[in-house]
Order: sequence, then structure tokens, then C-alpha cells
Amino acid sequence: MNAKSPAADAGALDTLPKVLLRNAAQYANRPAMRHKDYGIWQTWTWQELRDEVRAFAIGLRKLGFERGDAVAIIGDNRPRLYAAIAAVQSLGGIPVPVYQDAVADEMAYVLEHAEVRLGVVGDQEQVDKIFSITDRLPKLERIVYDEERGLGTYDPARLHSFRQVQDLGREEMRVNPGAEGWWLDEIANGTSADVSVMLYTSGTTGRPKGVMLTHHNIIVSAENGNKFDGFGPDDLLLAYLPMAWVGDHIFSYAQAYMGAMCVCCPESPETVVEDRREIGPTYFFAPPRVFENLLTQVMVRMEDAGWLKQRMFHHFLAVARRCGEQILDGRPVAFSDRLLYRLGNVLVYAPLRNRMGFSRTRVAYTAGEAIGPELFRFYRSLGVNLKQLYGQTEASVYITIQPDGEVYSDTVGKPAPDVEIKVADDGEVMFKSPGVFLKYYKNEAATNATKTPDGWVHTGDAGFFDQRGHLKIIDRAKDVGRLNGGALFAPKYLENRIKFFPEVREAVAFGQGRDYVTMFINIDPISVGNWAERNNVSYASYQELASHPRIEEIITRRMEELNAALAEEPQMAGSQIRRFLILPKELDADDGELTRTQKVRRSFIAERYGTLITALYDGSKACHLHIEVTFEDGRKGAIEGNVRILDMKAYPVRTAEPVREAAE
Amino acid sequence: MKADVKPIPVSASAAAIAPGDILLSVENVSLSFGGVRALREVCFDIRKGEIRAIIGPNGAGKTSMLNVINGFYHPQEGVITFKGRRRHQMRPYLAASQGIARTFQNVALFKGMSTLDNIMAGRTLKMRRGFVWQLFRHGPARLEEVEHRRRAEGIIDFLQIAHIRKVPVGQLPYGLQKRVELGRALAMEPDLLLLDEPMAGMNLEEKEDMSRFILEVNREYGTTIALIEHDMGVVMDISDRVVVLDYGRKIADGSPDAIKADQTVIDAYLGVAH
Repeated sequence: MNAKSPAADAGALDTLPKVLLRNAAQYANRPAMRHKDYGIWQTWTWQELRDEVRAFAIGLRKLGFERGDAVAIIGDNRPRLYAAIAAVQSLGGIPVPVYQDAVADEMAYVLEHAEVRLGVVGDQEQVDKIFSITDRLPKLERIVYDEERGLGTYDPARLHSFRQVQDLGREEMRVNPGAEGWWLDEIANGTSADVSVMLYTSGTTGRPKGVMLTHHNIIVSAENGNKFDGFGPDDLLLAYLPMAWVGDHIFSYAQAYMGAMCVCCPESPETVVEDRREIGPTYFFAPPRVFENLLTQVMVRMEDAGWLKQRMFHHFLAVARRCGEQILDGRPVAFSDRLLYRLGNVLVYAPLRNRMGFSRTRVAYTAGEAIGPELFRFYRSLGVNLKQLYGQTEASVYITIQPDGEVYSDTVGKPAPDVEIKVADDGEVMFKSPGVFLKYYKNEAATNATKTPDGWVHTGDAGFFDQRGHLKIIDRAKDVGRLNGGALFAPKYLENRIKFFPEVREAVAFGQGRDYVTMFINIDPISVGNWAERNNVSYASYQELASHPRIEEIITRRMEELNAALAEEPQMAGSQIRRFLILPKELDADDGELTRTQKVRRSFIAERYGTLITALYDGSKACHLHIEVTFEDGRKGAIEGNVRILDMKAYPVRTAEPVREAAE
Repeated sequence: MKADVKPIPVSASAAAIAPGDILLSVENVSLSFGGVRALREVCFDIRKGEIRAIIGPNGAGKTSMLNVINGFYHPQEGVITFKGRRRHQMRPYLAASQGIARTFQNVALFKGMSTLDNIMAGRTLKMRRGFVWQLFRHGPARLEEVEHRRRAEGIIDFLQIAHIRKVPVGQLPYGLQKRVELGRALAMEPDLLLLDEPMAGMNLEEKEDMSRFILEVNREYGTTIALIEHDMGVVMDISDRVVVLDYGRKIADGSPDAIKADQTVIDAYLGVAH
């Protein structure tokens, strides 16, 4: 990176719209946003972005927008929606990004709670969704949409296209020479203490809470993030994760503004892999799931490759496993290995990185869930600088982060710049940072429960620092419990361990206040389906595949491996899985079983599948299940069938090794 | 962003006929294959801008009717008038050049070609430059190709098939192939679009998607659509008027509600001794 970091003159830049003006002046003709539209990448420069934002903001003003108004932003990642965020902020309003795949009822709660007056949405689907709940939203006055398709016949009274609003703004600027000055004044009136954005947490427990972040929170966090990895105007990233998620807001919006980076929006959610390959982002962020899917795709394709290619692929992957990570970390490696790695890079690694869209990736992050050590190592050994971080909406993302050269698959890194961390007596991780949120909107009780008077924030996660000074997160603090025998029970830790096997997509462990640990398993339809195809196992549905005796065999074998590994860990040996079952249905956010960010909702699942849990503990061999399911369009159906329950042997605990107190 | 594409403009020749006027009329058409009388004195019309369904039990003559409109079969008797002009000798390519496009009961795409190429193929009749120009892809031919590609991209965006733009269609699931086929027909910018069982063999979700696309093609671009379909739910939901055939005869014609209540239609479907 030889381009000068724009951080130097950040003094007066205390709100993001001010940063936009700076970028438009300083980086006028450099790309700010790209979007693939009609098959071609279209570009907005910083200057054009400012003009788009200005026209929209002045148009909004003409429609009666006032300082402090909340505006819902709902849709796939699109330049216009990002521009809408900036426009709302420039007028002193509060953007409220909402998960675009939320069903109408979930959306109604957020829009009602946030008291939004205006919705800026992606397309007809979102407009329909909002229209279906308008009777619950008396404050909502207007809807502005980006994609015009299908909306031509709608009643235009409260509905405007993005373009129409901009035309209003441009017309105003034409007839009223003071309009632009007025807009600049509005921006100048903004201060760092203003609320910059309100993000609703996905709500693993209870109703979503509106986290209010100030411009100060966001700007300092984004600036620190950029400094940590040296991001600047030459960097490029793909915005494809939900805009309502704090990560996307910080990376694709705040950090991009602060660093004058270029943000690219994919053509559609289905084309992300192809678009990433075309764009070649230098900075990439994804939850472990995405890395996993990518690897699965590569492996499945390799199965179909010719003999020579397969040999070459596997040979050089072995070389990479041996020395790839050391080379990435700059540690000493034998000369012969170094040569082999060079050759492998030409023949295998570079083409593979290109295929996956990582050719130019300097830094990639994963977070949100634990990542499998094999998976993590795979990418690193190929030369992708994949690292982990740990963050929360309440922290404006950054809590811990892994510095280059100190990357481990089982930790989430060291405290991020300006962040203080302590581990409370009960094991809960607490932090203090400039990114700490202002408060939860209209929820003082929750704010007081989360934020101590002296500024510490409860993360709700249990963890400890290891000898290297890295933080390890084991589970949600409230989920860490004890078995009847007194042994530690950390369900997520167990679930993650079993999920590292490719056949397992999701798992839910039970054991709190019980004699032993049991588990629900969701098989991975892609990987297991592929296995079934290669082994002539025929099946008609997910349910049938999940209950196939040979699949049960495979999962049982994986469980044995897990139990054997757990027996080696003194703290976890008591948590060996004694009984488990394979669920006949995929856990789904539409049924409320997962959050929108795909995390399991433990207590809800326990209630919904109560009969199965009873069966897991009463010794029966099978259990009848009848359960209602919701399809994507809201219709209901039912799944019914017998679920077999499988027993496991427990391995004796290895006590030969002295117990190492991991938490010290 | 900068690209402003109006994907499927209505062609000039059809613009002369106002919406609601008769675009195509079929009068006393009879068609036989040897002793088999596939169509007997069928009369009906298709008005500009409507979705017109042709239904009937198996063997009622629906596909024959479509093939007659399309110029593939030549009726022994009767008159067909399209865009106010009475037709004489008709061939499918002539029908195509006059603005009639169709999809097939069994998907008939170029399996080895990509989605994009299949849709571009639908624009063949719109290409003005000769073979040699196209071959060298130079000068005006190049400009022309850019324009055609722009239109094709409009259709790809409209049908939401960007993710399979470069995938050979043979590899696609059936529902998507049907969508590509619709795209290829749309690429002709037809005045009249004939759909032969667009929903056959689809699951519920695919049917819903396809219904939505058919409605949107009709609403956004005013394309007149005539379709054959077996799924009564779909037909009654999306069409403006329905004509019912049974054993080659027209037995009913009217709005979906009227058809649903028509005793002859109910008899024909449930089977009554003739």
C-alpha cells in the first residue's frame, strides 16, 4: 500500500457525511462503489456518489424529512441503499437497516419499535411485505424503492422510486440555488455525539433490541480497523452480507468511507461467487459457513476432475499443509519445501485462489462462529491470510482481533486497538472501548443490565485468555452449565466440535441438569447427498436421507471420534455424548429455530422438540415426531415420522496427564 | 446506475392496434389429419394486451390450435386474421417474423449453449447485418451486437437468471430451462406470445414463479399472451379470458368465473357419456 492513508486529517471528520465530502474532494475520480447491473460492472466515483447522495437527501427534505427521523433500510446490498444511509445521516436522521429476509411479522416489530417514518427498500418484495403490515405502523408515511420493476401499477400516493426522489432533489437544486448550501449546513450541524445508526440485534434471546451507535463509536472503530490492517484507497471489498448486520455496516460502509475504499455490490445474491471472482476483493469477510461451502464446492468439483489433475491437486495440497502456513507467517521453512511450494503456487494454489476470488485478497476475516481447524488451515496454507476476530453490535464490531503472524484456529485473538477486556469471576468476558454503544433504544432495563455504570459491557460470552494472551470463547455465558455429576457442560463447544465434520451441518447439545449429554444432529445435505450419490444410496427427501441406516453409521462413527477426543480433555471428558438422534428436518430461521444469522435458538428448539428430548433421556429406542413447518412464503405444512435414537459408548477419561487449568 | 435499459419495448407494428382491440382472430377453423378431426369449426379471438388461456381435456386439440396460430399446421378450412391482415400461406418463420413467438411443451432449447446464447438466438430475426459482417464482428455488426446484448441482459435481469448467464442450459434444472425458453421467446419482442404448458412438470414453487413472470411480462410490457395449461388453479388465477376445447370443438368461451360455473365444461372435464 503506497497510497497515503486518508486518516491523517481525521480531526474535523466527526460524522460519516463529512467523510463523504472529504472523499469527494480528495478522491473525486476514484471509484467509490461498483455494482454489476445488466451483466456489466457500473462504477460510481466518490464525486458521483456525493452527487447521488445530495440529490436524494434534498429530495427527502422536499418530502418532509426532518432531523431525527428514523428511516428503515431494507434490501440486498445495493449502491442506492448505501447512498440512502449516507443521505439520511447527512440530514441528521437515523438509518435503521433491517434484515431483508425477515418475514413480515418480524419486520413489523422492528419498524414499529424504531418508529420509522420512511422506508427505503430494495424491490417489490419488500414493498409488499411492508404494505401487508401497514396497519401496525401508524408512523410510517412513505416508502421509497430502488428496483422499479413490478411497481408500476401500485398506488403512487405513499410510494416513490429512488429516482423520483432524486429528481425532486435535482429540480430543487435547479430552482433554488441555496439548496446545496443548505445541505452542506445540515452536514456541518452534525456532531460526533449524534446517533449514526440503529442496528437491531438478531435476538438469540427474546425480541430484537435496537443498538444505538454514535458517529464517534463508528468512526473510531472503523479507523482502528483500517489502521490495524493498513486499509486505504487501493483496497476493494465485496458487500454481500446483510446490511442490517453490524459487520457489513462497519466494513462495507464505515471503513470504506474512512479509508476511501471501493465497495462492490454483487449482481444478485446467487452470483456472489462469480462476482467475487471478477472483482477480486483485497479485503474479504465471511462467516465460517461461507468458507465451508466454498471448500465443499471445490472438493466436489475436484472429484469430477481427470486423474492427472486430481493427483497434482492432492500432492500439492499435502505440500501446502506441510509448509504453507509457516511461509505465510514468515517462519523458517526448508529450502526444498519452499521450492515445492513455489511450484505448487503456480500449478494449484494460484488457480484455486483465483477460482475462489481470493487472487488479490490481502486480508480475510471470519467471525460469528468457531471455524474448524482443518478448514482454517486449508485457506491459510493456500496463502490466503485468513484471520479471526470477535465482535458484537454493542462494540461496533471490534473486541478482539488476530494480528498478522499470530493466527490460531482456536482463539479469537488479542484485544483490538483501544479495547480493554476483563474476564469476570463467572467466566463472562467484559470489555470497554470507544465503540461501546450509547444505549438500547427504548429499553433502559436491558441497557442497565448490559452496561455497567463505569462503562464495562457484558458480552454474554464465556471465555478465558490462554498463555499467548489470546482470548478463547467457549460458549454463551448463560449456556455454560453443569451436568448432575458436577462436570462442566458447554453445549456450543460440543456442537462446534461435531460441526467440524463435513457431514454435520448443525447440532444442538442438551445436558444442563441432566446425568449425561445428548445431541440433535442435522446432516449437511450437500456433503451427505454427494456421498450418497457416489455410494449408490438413493433417497427421495431430506427426511429419508437423514434416517438412512448408512448415514446413521457415519454419524455414529463421527460421534465416536468426538468422544475419543473429548476423553483427552480433562474439563470436557464428562461431556461425552451418550445418546443422539438425527433430526428429520433442517433447522430453519423461518420456523424460528435459527436466528437470521443462522445461530441455533436453544430454548426454542428444546420446547419445540420436547418429546424428542424426553425420549433421549428415558432410554427408548425411537420416538414419533409430528411437527409443523413454515415454508418461505408463509404457508404451513407438517413433517411426521419416527426418529431413531442411537446409543454411544463413553471412553474412559485419560487422567495420566496432569490437569492443565486452561482458564488461568 | 448509469445503464438505463428498457428491456422489452413493444414493436412498432403492433403499436398500431390499441390495447383491447382484436389482435388475432380465428374463424371457423377446421383441421384434420386423415380421418382424425383435430379441430372443428373453431372460432375465437385474442385481444391485444390480454392473457388468453386455451384449456381442455387431453386430446382436445389445444396444441393443434397453437400450431395453427403459429403456422406449423395449415387448417383445411377457416380464416385466421393477425394484426388485421388475413393470412394465406403461413410458415412458422413467417409467423415469427410477423411477431409471434412461442415456447414448447417439451423444452426445446439449444442444450449445449449457454443461457445468454440461447436468448441471443431469440434475437436472430432482429439482426440486420449479414452473415459476413457478423462473422468478422466488426463495425456496424459489432454495434448491433452490443445493442442485442443489452436487450438480452434486460431479459436476463427481468427473469432473474443472472446467476446462470453462462451455464450451458442442458445442465439446468427443468424449471430454469422453462424460464430460459420464455426468455428466448421474449427476446423476439413478440406481439403475441404462445406458451404451450409453461407450468408442466413443475413443483408448486416453480409454478408460482412462472405465473409471476407471465403476469409481469403481460403487465410491464403489454405483451399479449395465449397459453395452454392443465393446472386449472393457475389458469383461473392469471388469465383474463378462457376458451375451452373438447374433441376439437369449442365448448365455452368467457371469463374464468363464467367458465368455472359452466356446466358443459364441468361435464367435459368429469367425463359424461357422449
